[in-house]
Amino acid sequence: MARRTSLSPDQTRSITLLGVPFAYALLLLAVPLGAIILFSFWTQDFMTVDTTFTTANYREIWDSPIYGLLLQRSLMVSGIVTAVTVVLAYPVAYFISFHVKPSRKSLWLFLITIPFWTSYLIRVFLWKVILGYNGVINSGLLELGVITEPLTFILYNVNAVIITLAHAFAPFAILPIFVVLEKIDRSLLEASQDLGESKFSTFLRITLPLSMPGVVGAVLIVFIPTIGDYVTPELMGGAGGKLIANMIQTQFLQLNNAPLGAALAVVAMLCVTAISLIFVFLNRKYLRGRS
Amino acid sequence: MSLRVYVIAYLIFLYAPIALLPVFAFNDGTIIAFPLSGFTTQWFTELTQNAALHAAVRNSLVIAACTAVFATILGLCAARAGAMSDFRGKKGITGFIMLPLVLPEIIVAVSLLVVLRQVLGLSLGNWTIIMAHVLICTPFSIAILNGAFAALDPAMEEAALDLGESRWSAFRLVTLPLVMPGIVSSMLIAFTISLDEFIIAFFLTGANPTMPVYIWGLLRFPSSLPVIMALGTILVALSILLLTIAEIFRRRGVRRAGGTDTGGFL
Repeated sequence: MARRTSLSPDQTRSITLLGVPFAYALLLLAVPLGAIILFSFWTQDFMTVDTTFTTANYREIWDSPIYGLLLQRSLMVSGIVTAVTVVLAYPVAYFISFHVKPSRKSLWLFLITIPFWTSYLIRVFLWKVILGYNGVINSGLLELGVITEPLTFILYNVNAVIITLAHAFAPFAILPIFVVLEKIDRSLLEASQDLGESKFSTFLRITLPLSMPGVVGAVLIVFIPTIGDYVTPELMGGAGGKLIANMIQTQFLQLNNAPLGAALAVVAMLCVTAISLIFVFLNRKYLRGRS
Repeated sequence: MSLRVYVIAYLIFLYAPIALLPVFAFNDGTIIAFPLSGFTTQWFTELTQNAALHAAVRNSLVIAACTAVFATILGLCAARAGAMSDFRGKKGITGFIMLPLVLPEIIVAVSLLVVLRQVLGLSLGNWTIIMAHVLICTPFSIAILNGAFAALDPAMEEAALDLGESRWSAFRLVTLPLVMPGIVSSMLIAFTISLDEFIIAFFLTGANPTMPVYIWGLLRFPSSLPVIMALGTILVALSILLLTIAEIFRRRGVRRAGGTDTGGFL
């Protein structure tokens, strides 16, 4: 341990100020997270909680195929949603950063964030209206004569969940990529083209690698929260599209088995964290050398 | 050119659900599907007569207002500290405070539920939702206020100190007015997030549901769907209004502090 040097008055003030939100986060985030880990090693029989330490919840998760299936499906859905969202978002971020006049950039960002701030529940429900049996897509395609009977593979299954979540997280993916693209030194691109690279290879060899930190950020900010969403799978997923968050919710609010729900939450968090760390590790060469 | 076409298609994808809201809010039919039947304002009239909904809206407004104030105060502390000297562990602490930004909301919800109900044995109410909403809104407030403080010239406050103002009055008379637009913007964003938040509210709500929790209950009854569309239309119009005000204030703040505008809310 390095010896702590005495603090300047400005540092002391800084610590005191930061201490307030830190104490709040400690009390309402760290303590509850600790409590949920502890809780996952207990058991509950209807209303009474048995506080003897046991790994029974984790054994049950391991043994019953339903939990593994839900977890696997959740990770798969989150993975696909992340890939779709980030791939679709990149060109939009690129467009705003490289093709929009600087004075109009914040207007564009504003335009992209507006749908994100409007009632989430109602937005999810409206996807049902768009994708449903009598929905916008089906009635439109029927009208045009493209199909003769309504498509059914787009509602009440995993596809519907993926489309809806990809829509919900769009701005989350665009903004981090945009921020990094903005920081790219434009003279590097000119230099590359002066040296004879085509526009496309300049993009592949300069712009894309330099923007990878933003892509990694976008991936994490989409992938991690999607695991915790139970609204979309509940409304859009039908019987075969339920995810792990639905199970956690059921354990807590309907089956009154909070310890098992806690264990499921812990397992889901561990999986997400592990995958995120692996992803960051695989991209470490792009992230190196940046503060 | 093709990129422009793609971006426009993407915007259509982004706005498609919202564009449908008013269509069905004014549609004279109980089924939310095509073809449309005719024009009516009946659903908006029904909105004004629903007492349970009014109670839920009032609840949500109180929660959102409290959340906006507390999250902005915490955000102000963190952003102010962020603009001051570094110390060991500052980055880690800030990172921890920002953690709710990426943490799945259900994790925040269930862990708070366990502590409040099972460990402390407290009953749930509006204050439990406020506590959780402050937690998830603070990172957004910090992000907005960081922008306001970063654009600030520290020389201004130093000048006030040199001219004999106390530290507090220098902050109150010089810095605070300069970051005030950021504060307003932060409060509006926190208000909007809290007003719309469902996942956590559903777990922590007591006897009185918030507006999203109430809407969730209505979604199960097909007959109430047109009313939800009408409500949604009003909400969208309202949040666009709030966000536009927030954005105007944010820009004004950046300009007032003499910086250049670089980005949006996040």
